[in-house]
Amino acid sequence: MAQRPQLLKKCLEAQPVFQKRCRAMATSASNADVTTGSIKQLQGDLRSGARSAVEVAKEYLERVAKTEPSVRSFLHVAEESALEQAAAIDRAIEGGKALGPLAGVPIGVKDNICTKGLPSTGGSRILENFTPPYDATAIARLKAAGAVIIGKMNCDEFGMGSSTENSGYHITANPWDLTRVPGGSSGGSAAGVAAGQVMASLGSDTGGSIRQPASFCGVVGLKPTYGLVSRYGLMAYASSLDCIGPLANSVEDAAIVLGAMAGHDEADSTSEKQKVPDYTANLRPASELDSRPLAGVRLGLISETMGEGVDPGVVTAIQAAAAHYEQLGAVVEEVSLPSFRQGLPAYYVLAPSEASSNLSRYDGVRYGLRVEGDELTSMYGKTRDQGFGAEVKRRILMGTYALSAGYYDAFYKRAQQVRTLIQRDFQSVLSKYDALLSPTVPTTAYQIGEKTEDPLSMYVGDIMTVNVNLAGLPALVVPCGLDQGLPVGLQLVGPAFGEAELLRLGHVFEQTNSTWRNADLPELVVAR
Amino acid sequence: MKLPGMHAQGVRRGQALKAVAEGLTAQDASAGLEEKYEAVIGIETHVQLNTATKAFCRCRSQYGAEPNTNVCPVCMGLPGALPVLNARVLESAVKLGLALHCTIAPRSKFDRKQYFYPDLPKGYQISQFDIPVAQSGWVEVDLPVEFGGGRRRFGVTRAHLEEDAGKSVHGGGGRLSGSGFSQVDLNRAGVPLIEIVSDPDMRTGLEAAEYGAEIQRIVRYLGISNGNMAEGSMRCDVNVSVRPRGRERFGTKVEIKNMNSFSAMQRAIDFEIARQSALLEAGKDGEIVLETRLWEEGAQRTISMRVKEGLADYRYFPEPDLPEIELTADYLEDVRASLPELPDEKRRRYAAAGLSMQDVLVLANNSDVAAYFERVLGAGADIKAAANWMMGDITKYCKAEKILITDVAMAPETLAELIALIGDGTISGKIGKEILPDLLKEGGGAKQLVEKKGLLQISDDSAVEALVDEVLAAHPKELELFRGGKKKLQGFFTGQVMKKSGGRVNPALMQKVLAAKLNGQ
Ligand SMILES: [Zn+2]
Repeated sequence: MAQRPQLLKKCLEAQPVFQKRCRAMATSASNADVTTGSIKQLQGDLRSGARSAVEVAKEYLERVAKTEPSVRSFLHVAEESALEQAAAIDRAIEGGKALGPLAGVPIGVKDNICTKGLPSTGGSRILENFTPPYDATAIARLKAAGAVIIGKMNCDEFGMGSSTENSGYHITANPWDLTRVPGGSSGGSAAGVAAGQVMASLGSDTGGSIRQPASFCGVVGLKPTYGLVSRYGLMAYASSLDCIGPLANSVEDAAIVLGAMAGHDEADSTSEKQKVPDYTANLRPASELDSRPLAGVRLGLISETMGEGVDPGVVTAIQAAAAHYEQLGAVVEEVSLPSFRQGLPAYYVLAPSEASSNLSRYDGVRYGLRVEGDELTSMYGKTRDQGFGAEVKRRILMGTYALSAGYYDAFYKRAQQVRTLIQRDFQSVLSKYDALLSPTVPTTAYQIGEKTEDPLSMYVGDIMTVNVNLAGLPALVVPCGLDQGLPVGLQLVGPAFGEAELLRLGHVFEQTNSTWRNADLPELVVAR
Repeated sequence: MKLPGMHAQGVRRGQALKAVAEGLTAQDASAGLEEKYEAVIGIETHVQLNTATKAFCRCRSQYGAEPNTNVCPVCMGLPGALPVLNARVLESAVKLGLALHCTIAPRSKFDRKQYFYPDLPKGYQISQFDIPVAQSGWVEVDLPVEFGGGRRRFGVTRAHLEEDAGKSVHGGGGRLSGSGFSQVDLNRAGVPLIEIVSDPDMRTGLEAAEYGAEIQRIVRYLGISNGNMAEGSMRCDVNVSVRPRGRERFGTKVEIKNMNSFSAMQRAIDFEIARQSALLEAGKDGEIVLETRLWEEGAQRTISMRVKEGLADYRYFPEPDLPEIELTADYLEDVRASLPELPDEKRRRYAAAGLSMQDVLVLANNSDVAAYFERVLGAGADIKAAANWMMGDITKYCKAEKILITDVAMAPETLAELIALIGDGTISGKIGKEILPDLLKEGGGAKQLVEKKGLLQISDDSAVEALVDEVLAAHPKELELFRGGKKKLQGFFTGQVMKKSGGRVNPALMQKVLAAKLNGQ
């Protein structure tokens, strides 16, 4: 059972009217707690008839209605279509039809992933009211697997940010402490899972946008290998780095969601023709594990991520996690990635460069916001000025500059060279270790507004995650402890297409991590 | 380098000079400018490929559809849409690269060329910047005989793939400025193009036009484009500069656009050469500026469209949505093996078979004519006889009827049959010429028509003897005169026999029989 944040306590303080509904839910949920069930349990319940998909969808929608005023993780709640999708699952069950692995699973989708018929704004005002005529490949696959789309999750505009404070619409709160950020850019996706509004969600990760909010919100997050999950339908931020991945309550749930959407897609030329394994095949429950289930596994703890600039509480939590892995039989050694510190500046050249190009299409001509001007240039200018937020403009400017004639070699080309260097460093270390360990973020969730005036300090928070994107590798974040009541996530980095082993390592950790499981139980759970 | 076709060229340029002189000042135009100045011409040719679908999506790549009907998330630049390279597009580019004798890059890539315009949906064009599919090639052309002939080789700098933009339609006049509104049709957005950049090797409008025409022939021979300039499926932008002969450094380059035929291209360039020469001669070098000029077909002159202020910065960078293109040696060999005979190879073959250059150019340079001619040869016809028919009676017929070779009803195999019938004496050449128009118009077999019309040649000894006997019997007076020594009358008898036979008698046999009967009885 995953740990729950002290959400309701905050709800009660903030919302007098909300109080009764929360309490009512807390008691009624005691038998079939929608917020703690696993995907596998749900599959069993649906097939045995213990619950119907519509009942489940309604439970989650009620939960959304109760918690959303304080958490605000959604940009759009798709109540109607969710209930329709759930009803279709129930009809399939009645008709004795085969069900997909995500039948009836309530899922939230980051708003920068296109969903047919549902608003998809990417968190930007420039796409206010934009409804795509098509589903992203990942969405089409989730739907085919039976998923029920509960709604679209808030995010930093086009994925640019680490706190959802750059959303063009509103800020999402961290369910663990409503005065803090949930992280970003997939902040809504992480908060939604943490608050039990959805069973799992999709995020996107360009420089840490799945992993950092997973760490801040105490949920599991997986950034797959570049090319494993199709990007078709993901609003491009930095095409060579962007990945769609799952956020979930458990490693097993994340594995099931990943399996449903991974695999080659003809519509994405950068998607790889890798065979997709059953990611749950090697996930054993704690009861089936022997005392040293990870004997023979070699893990490298990245030394550059454990020193200066990292909160002591975070370091302590990661050290404890490393010690736990040793107890499980793994060998843990410190390893060094010499190019580690070069990743952040390289990332902040490459990602904005690609962004400056990818965001050119938002010009007010064909769709989205248009602010009329006297002539063409002023229409472009006004539309993009009013449609884009400050951070997006900042990155467009940085990228435009980096790609300009005369600067290209010094910035873009140099950054590409650094990228190659980082890839080599990872490759060399991963030839000796099964996976690398590090914190996900140097800190736990910070206060809303704490860093908005200082973009650089926010960029620095990405230091543990961007390198993984530059190298195109998979990384899993698993909650590993609390620092002053706030979650800390452990990052495991694996070799390309090594998701199955990463998930196994994360799963064994999760199943045996008593620190996390027995930590001070939050109010919500106590109330039950 | 000796310039080809100086005479004809001189005449044309003289006309252009006159126009310049009238447009500018009279003293600017003086005789002998072309001896003093030399033009340097480079051409950028955009060829629209005729693939069934667009370059990076599955939309139909077709002309004339209702606006915005051949569109999808990819070519409309919707959020999240991604390009996927059409394999046929790549194959076309490799074919063209090989046909242009280029080096094909084993690894090339796509880049984004970035600028804002309403008909450019993504805000960038997918193109190729520093590693094009094909580089460093050449074409060779045979200049028209009437312009002095000669063979020229022009370098090809590179050929690269890119996507076309959509079409902007401006309300109230054709231009953006002053329009109340503009509309965008994205049917053309994403249609595949190949841009071919020549070396600055051309020196006259004629050479430039011949270079363009050869590119057009090549793409048509390869079947990768219809190469139609009027429809815009082939567009040539020309850069012209002029310098005093003997000077190494290039003059200021002026770009000319808006020429929708090779003849217009030739005239536009010659006009521009004359204009720039006249300005140089008048010491007005400063009036030649880096600019784009439009060719005005009506006024037969170029006018300034816009002056280029510095180089545009397109902020090219590698297209991250498309992997590098890798071409294996096997793939290149397969494509090479699939290439048809190219126009220059055909011209060399015809010339080697003994055809005159005049005939070679007509028969090889038009792909339809060449295809027809090849089928005639394929059916076993003698190349010279076939060329004579093609160049003579058939060309004449097509001109008179104002039709193209593709419009004639006669199958090429029928022409071969006709040539064979004449060759083996089944019919005379005269009969052949007589029945040709029927065949061209109605089609059908040659022998069939000959038989139907009863036009088989009379080659039977007794039949010819009977004909001759009849004629001699009918003209006793002339026979007596002949035998009295008036030998010239043999022609008279020949004509009579021919007339009586309806032109069908075998001439040689008839002469033999007639001579024997006249002389020896
Ligand atoms: Zn399309």
